[in-house]
Amino acid sequence: MTSVARTGMSEGFVSCGACGLLSRPAGAEEPGECPRCGETLEFRRRDAIQRTWALVITAGICYLPANILPVVRTTTLTSEETDTIISGVVHLYATGSWYLALILLIASVMIPLAKLSALAYLLITVQRGAVRNNRERARLYRLMEIIGRWSMVDVFAATFAVGLVRLQPLMSVAPQPGVLFFSGVVILTIIAAESFDPRLIWDSSQGKQETND
Amino acid sequence: MASLSADVVACPDCDLLQRIPALSPGGSAYCPRCGRKVATSKPGSLERTTALAVAAAIAFLITNVEPLMGLSLAGREASTTIAGGVWQMWEQGEKITALLIALFAVIAPALQIGFLLAILLSLRRPPAPRWVGALLRWVEIAGSWSMVEVMMLGILVSLVKLAAIARVVPGVGIFAAGGLILLLAAMSSSFDPREAWSRVRWVKDEGPQRALPSGGVDAAEAGR
Ligand SMILES: [Zn+2]
Ligand SMILES: [Zn+2]
Repeated sequence: MTSVARTGMSEGFVSCGACGLLSRPAGAEEPGECPRCGETLEFRRRDAIQRTWALVITAGICYLPANILPVVRTTTLTSEETDTIISGVVHLYATGSWYLALILLIASVMIPLAKLSALAYLLITVQRGAVRNNRERARLYRLMEIIGRWSMVDVFAATFAVGLVRLQPLMSVAPQPGVLFFSGVVILTIIAAESFDPRLIWDSSQGKQETND
Repeated sequence: MASLSADVVACPDCDLLQRIPALSPGGSAYCPRCGRKVATSKPGSLERTTALAVAAAIAFLITNVEPLMGLSLAGREASTTIAGGVWQMWEQGEKITALLIALFAVIAPALQIGFLLAILLSLRRPPAPRWVGALLRWVEIAGSWSMVEVMMLGILVSLVKLAAIARVVPGVGIFAAGGLILLLAAMSSSFDPREAWSRVRWVKDEGPQRALPSGGVDAAEAGR
């Protein structure tokens, strides 16, 4: 594409965040409400950059305890042991389910980290007014929205182990504080991705010739 | 009604103005700038989605009532449902996690199916009342927090982990959950929110005359 892009904002139209209707806003400062569904109109999500940064930083802080603190404690007649996410992965690997170990490693350790780095990268490039790799950055954003939920898998696994193994004093499984931080990371990164506005990626190149293909 | 044509949209991901071309049945239109899918033609969506939503509601009930898995160790047995897992989490002090699991595995999918059924029924006689618009917004939110497929993987992980120390038996609930995952995916992909919104009564009956943005590029049709 080599033409100058005509966007809703550049032509004075605003797209409803709820129903997608394109309409002429009531004013440039206060766009008013969507005539179809009544949602408050916004040209861009409000305070997208600040909000997303705040959520990314909070999630980053939770990421450490989520990986260091134990998530479950297994008690049997003769032993008591606690497992972190990582030691759970190592156990699975040692007992021969290397494929499940790999899935858990990706879902619990790598996806949250990848998501946090990707969001930070998008935020920094937007703040610097980057005009390159727009399509790739847009794709990165969409990918992140899809994969984030899978990080929750270990919390689900812990929940069902806790629910199922209640054979005191023979054997029982109890949750540990790690699950709280871990769910925190997942929720915060999901909300962070929601509060970012992917249209900002394209705004920096607005009015310039697009040489992106 | 406003004169802005329903065929002109701004891409939700990059704000590019574009006209959605007439699509062949099942065809999709993609934003030429960022590649985001902006529309899909879904003929017969209303009937098919209703059937899928009813089936999903049944699978959801079975998933939540039947045990997901059982365990036997040294002559003692135990089994758990989703609610059982949530309850134990709550009892043992992880209240926030218990609430989150309940939200992702039970409440969000229930609302997703329930809201969609309510929407589909009221769309049969357009224009649908305004509360359908609110439900359309909520069904999207519920869908984004509904994680039955992630729960399924979590169950499999804990089955494999426990199989090393005890005998585990998959319950009826786990098979229903498998069906529920497929039905939820089919239900969401067969639902056509653009069509639904076009049948909802507008908040402002007599909208101001809105000029159509002249020109604008066409969204690219499937298989760019
Ligand atoms: Zn609207
Ligand atoms: Zn686009």
